[in-house]
Amino acid sequence: MTRAALAGLKVVEFGAFAAGPHVGKHLADHGAEVIHVESRTRPDGFRTNYPPFARGTPDPEAAGMFAMTHNDKLGVTLNLKTEGGLELARRLVARADVVIENFTPGTLAELGLGYADCAADNPGLVMLSTCNQGQTGPHAHQPGFGTHLTALSGFIHLTGWPDRDPSLLWGPYIDYIAVAYGVVTVLAALDRRRRTGRGCHIDLSQYETGLQFMAPALLEHFASGLVPERNGNRDRSAVPHGIFPCRGEERWVALSVHDDAEWGRLRQALGDPEWARDAALATAAGRRAREDEIERRLSEWTSCRSREEVVGRLRAAGVHVAPVNDMADLAAEPQLAFRRAWRPVQHPVIGTYQAIGPSYLLSETPAEIRRPAPLLGQHNREVFCGLLGLSEEEYTRREREGAFE
Amino acid sequence: MTSEEAPLAPYRVLDLTTELGWLCGKILAELGADVVKVEPPGGEAGRGSPAWTAYNVGKRGITLDLASDRGRQRLRRLAAEVDFLIESFPPGHLEALGLGWPVLHRDNPRLVMTSITPYGQRGPLAHASASDLELMAASGAAWLAGDPDRPPVRISLPQAACWASAHAAVGTLIAHHHRQLTGRGQHVDVSAQASLLPALVHAPMFWQMLGQVPRRGGPMLVGRNVHGAALRNVWRCRDGYVTCALYGGAAGRRSNRALAEWMAERGMAPDFLRAVDWDRFSAVTADPEEIERIQTAIAVFLLTLSKREFAEEAIRRRILGYPVATVADIVADEQLTAREVWQELGGLRHPSGYARFDGRPARPRRPAPGPGEHDDEILAEGVPA
Repeated sequence: MTRAALAGLKVVEFGAFAAGPHVGKHLADHGAEVIHVESRTRPDGFRTNYPPFARGTPDPEAAGMFAMTHNDKLGVTLNLKTEGGLELARRLVARADVVIENFTPGTLAELGLGYADCAADNPGLVMLSTCNQGQTGPHAHQPGFGTHLTALSGFIHLTGWPDRDPSLLWGPYIDYIAVAYGVVTVLAALDRRRRTGRGCHIDLSQYETGLQFMAPALLEHFASGLVPERNGNRDRSAVPHGIFPCRGEERWVALSVHDDAEWGRLRQALGDPEWARDAALATAAGRRAREDEIERRLSEWTSCRSREEVVGRLRAAGVHVAPVNDMADLAAEPQLAFRRAWRPVQHPVIGTYQAIGPSYLLSETPAEIRRPAPLLGQHNREVFCGLLGLSEEEYTRREREGAFE
Repeated sequence: MTSEEAPLAPYRVLDLTTELGWLCGKILAELGADVVKVEPPGGEAGRGSPAWTAYNVGKRGITLDLASDRGRQRLRRLAAEVDFLIESFPPGHLEALGLGWPVLHRDNPRLVMTSITPYGQRGPLAHASASDLELMAASGAAWLAGDPDRPPVRISLPQAACWASAHAAVGTLIAHHHRQLTGRGQHVDVSAQASLLPALVHAPMFWQMLGQVPRRGGPMLVGRNVHGAALRNVWRCRDGYVTCALYGGAAGRRSNRALAEWMAERGMAPDFLRAVDWDRFSAVTADPEEIERIQTAIAVFLLTLSKREFAEEAIRRRILGYPVATVADIVADEQLTAREVWQELGGLRHPSGYARFDGRPARPRRPAPGPGEHDDEILAEGVPA
């Protein structure tokens, strides 16, 4: 068997929800040892406040988002407000290569687990502190959820229809942007540590990572003063460019035409109807002038055909097209299945669920997803006795003192 | 070497990406790698657009004509000497030029090569074409956005290439970690479609666990209340929109109470709202009718405020919420100014430095290159011509 890409890397996570822990998931998928620290008195919000739950009723052991975020990790519980809990946390950090945390700035430092405290014992430590708006600045301590930070970063204003209120993006879109940047910065810092022996503290602002995905609009604003607005599905160059209804309930297809030759191919795929033969529509400017009409005509054509037929015909004709997949479609989508984007794991409470596999496939060291997300404190004994070497007596004493609450 | 050195300073990247992968090279460049962008003579398609400029800063640029034997040979020699090669041609394109992974890997067993495509290198859709719109659709992201009585929507600023590029950078550096320990390079195959799956957050779990297909809710957040109530998260205010909500959880209870107190101070809290027991109220489990009544009162209140007034009071009162920012709001945000986010490069202002390493922001060090701007420089560095 090949060695996993990140085998031997030791990671400890303090934090909850997605922004910190999903960074650890990327590392765990590729073989790192990732220990997720939570507490029984205040479990991860993904366990308690975030549907869906298996069977529909809130249950910290049956929470979908926790399952999605924590496959292949070790789960321990520590009450960091007890001396014993804190001491065990310090020992976990002392043997770690990476600490990931996403508390509000300063929380860990108040507990004596800030970067300066941790690096004193472990100068090679790489600590990632990821929070909404960064560790510094006048708004560093403003609390908030990712769903709303997505609005602060400009994405929500740009989603929806020009004549309607902006639309949400389902959830904390921006958290997962910050997650990708979090993984990248941790791996880069580890590489520098290999060369220098020195770790570092990474201050990652989720807001600012979101602005990386907004950068073209910001650049343009600086250059011309333009303030872009949401525009449904229309595009500044491609025309037509939209999502159209197909036969059946809530079946949709996305299609776009990026040059005049593609317009010709679309015409052929439609059977070259009279309206489309109009020479005025042969240029992008002409199509732009009558975009409403073209969209209406296309909707008439798509709405009396199945989504599969529309996709099949347009794809065969060489026109940009894709079904708008819903969540049931995605579970069975052939390309994602081919790439094993969903990986079945067996969970003792939830049953079998499909963990999410990486979107990047490594040819020599593919990700292996083997274990479900841990139950609360499932690996306490394995971690504290096995990895930290606590004796049975010590473990029982700590347990009695409430360190594992 | 010192800890002040940029994290990826020793490495060289050959960047053959098109729009789908531009940001990947930028990410490696701002972390300190020497990223050499390879363009056809005269420059690539899309050159000079806002996205091109935003995502090609930090790179040096050379031109190579891959249609000629000489250009292909030169590329092969360059690839034999670099640490990374990133590309986003359609699957099979580089193979057809004699520059596929097997060849480059034989020449340079340590090479990490990353290929970014809409759907991946192999599989039933590997050769299907897709622009941003189709990728947002095929990934499920579009399904979840937009008003329920209109078609699903994408985000009006292209996003799929950003996701593909960011995940490509992740995969590239995981492969790099392994290569630095073992000496063995590998090929990283990135799918833009799959890169968007995390952005669906918990939506796929509703199908998996409950057999439910979640629907888009426009400004209403669905999927957070166990009775299926929709929670308004985008609200009109006097000069635009703000975002906040009724919450569950401990932090949420504080926020709910603070908002209700603010409304009461302004004389805008109806009797029933003043009677709510905020220690017990949770938006996760609350009755949909109660939620509706409270939300109606909040809507009336928020309409009296400006974005700025809401933002300032939200901070002061620890209410969880923000303005729904336009780019004009973003560039005026004092937090970003205090964090020195705006970086001048080549006469343009870029958002930069999202991560600070011991306080030092990772930033691109040069503007986007002119076509072939560094041809001579790179030749002079001894790379065989």
